[in-house]
Amino acid sequence: MKIIVCIKQVPDTNEVKIDPVKGTLIREGVPSILNPDDKSALEEALRVKDNNPDTHITVLTMGPPQAEEVLIEGIAMGADEGILLSDRAFAGADTWATSNTLAKAIERVGDYDIIFCGRQAIDGDTAQVGPQIGERLGIPQVSYVEKFFVEEGTIRVHRALEDGYEVIEGKSPILLTTIKELNEPRYPSIPGIIKAYREDRIKVWTVNDLDIPSTDIGLDGSPTQVKRSFTPEPKGKGEMLEGSIDDKVQSLVKKLNEKNLI
Amino acid sequence: MNFNLNKEHKMIQKTFTRFTKNEVEPIAAEVDEMERFPKETVEKMQRFGMMGIAVPQEYGGAGGDELAYVIAVEELSKACATTGVILSAHSSLGCWPIQKFGTEAQKKKYLVPLASGKKLGAFGLTEPNAGTDAAGQQTRAVLEGDQYRINGTKIFITNGGEADTYIIFGMTDTAKGLKGISAFIVESDTPGFTIGKKERKLGIKGSATTELIFKDMMVPKGNLLGKEGQGFKIAMQTLDGGRIGIAAQALGIAEGAMEKTIQYVKEREQFNRPIGKFQGLQFMMADMETQIQAAKLLVYQAAMAKSEGRPYGKLAAMAKLFASETAMEVTTKAVQLHGGYGYTADYPIERMMRDAKITEIYEGTSEVQKMVVAADILR
Repeated sequence: MKIIVCIKQVPDTNEVKIDPVKGTLIREGVPSILNPDDKSALEEALRVKDNNPDTHITVLTMGPPQAEEVLIEGIAMGADEGILLSDRAFAGADTWATSNTLAKAIERVGDYDIIFCGRQAIDGDTAQVGPQIGERLGIPQVSYVEKFFVEEGTIRVHRALEDGYEVIEGKSPILLTTIKELNEPRYPSIPGIIKAYREDRIKVWTVNDLDIPSTDIGLDGSPTQVKRSFTPEPKGKGEMLEGSIDDKVQSLVKKLNEKNLI
Repeated sequence: MNFNLNKEHKMIQKTFTRFTKNEVEPIAAEVDEMERFPKETVEKMQRFGMMGIAVPQEYGGAGGDELAYVIAVEELSKACATTGVILSAHSSLGCWPIQKFGTEAQKKKYLVPLASGKKLGAFGLTEPNAGTDAAGQQTRAVLEGDQYRINGTKIFITNGGEADTYIIFGMTDTAKGLKGISAFIVESDTPGFTIGKKERKLGIKGSATTELIFKDMMVPKGNLLGKEGQGFKIAMQTLDGGRIGIAAQALGIAEGAMEKTIQYVKEREQFNRPIGKFQGLQFMMADMETQIQAAKLLVYQAAMAKSEGRPYGKLAAMAKLFASETAMEVTTKAVQLHGGYGYTADYPIERMMRDAKITEIYEGTSEVQKMVVAADILR
């Protein structure tokens, strides 16, 4: 079986601090990590490989040269090879241009049975790229996968819903987006880290390696653009109303009146 | 001169930091309190190839260098010095002598399972009457046909009773003194090999420290490590490397205590402000941090010298001397900075202080390190 896992390097948002003076995010010195949902996606692929050692896993990412680090981590966890899509022309991509680029790269890889994507990246939280890749490739897709089974060519998943789950069966090729409830990702192995750095298992593809017009990638290929970033004004301290229900209601109505809200 | 870790070392560090936070720190207090060997952690470390970091991949290891190994012991020891010494004794004292002095057949048979973590290693030199004066070995090994009959007792053996493979030392020729000592690879299931008293200790309580008793223990001639009479040399060279591991453990303990203390002085308020705002305490902390950084440079320097095949005996002794004294001083001050809370078992600081003390004693006391340094500079 051949599996492609789409992964992303993201800033560790747990480590992001707010500049107390400017009120903006301090991005300098924030460690980069492999996006948590993507790690679950990779772990599930690795479990397929644990049971069928002839499974081949490719980890794929788009990003600046230093995004190589998440491919190394993926290979150190057990993936066979990595592809880094890195070119200034890819920069500034929104989800539309990103999924375009990733889908073209996957077409170039060609032979695959399953594509695993993490549900969403913790820096953008869009959850759009996975499903868009599926659409572009014209293959079936299931999002929010919380359980995964593969038996004799049939893929069965539990798709998480707010109040339960759906059981969905499909055949490969298929794209699945995974959530962290799916599994507990393994650590990279130490020999894996050393091999990943010393063996040449990462290919770097630029725009010239993909059959894609420049109008479909990067900033130019992005129909949405960030107009302005800002930190929302702090809401101020909440106030807990005390007393009996009647007291609280009266005091609430009075306050809302004062603010001309009712 | 470049003081930065390379990408490979950084990724290894990141992995151990995460492993320590998720798998080691949560059980560290319980391991100490119950004086329990953390078997489950050793099993996890095996799974992720953490037990043979500096052993070449052809012998089942990870193929890393001494610095990678030092980083691992350092990170583990930040949260749990017991786990740090389990890895250090296994790697420096169990794996390394076989890697360095073993025959190809011995490496295949004994090093591969150790480096892959299937088996745990240990080292038995110390005896009741042969501590710093290791030459006073009373264990006797007598060749009878193709086997050695070994009789004697070892004490204070780290990983004792938990390890599967032991490097042990005994006299094969009492007339020759130091040159009459030989080294053997002994498996724990060898008839005549039993585990004696398990020590109760001030610190590193989860680490198994036991007596080894050999009573007419028959060891095949093929398990002689190196040649007859090379035992003392093997022991001394092994301990030179072991000291780098212990220095890394000491460094980790100091760094762990420092991290906790920085956090504490920012949170703890007295006189309406965090105690970290008081200059008297700030000066203490500046000293602690400076010592830690100095220790780190010495430890990494010794590790790099070993990795690059340069002489490292003196560097390792200085690293261990300075790092262990730093660990003791930093943890003692850390308890002071935590005040009454630091003295209680509700905070990890008192454990770190108890754990730090051993680093000034085992694998050569601080005084022995000074002897090594002096001998080198006055040669």
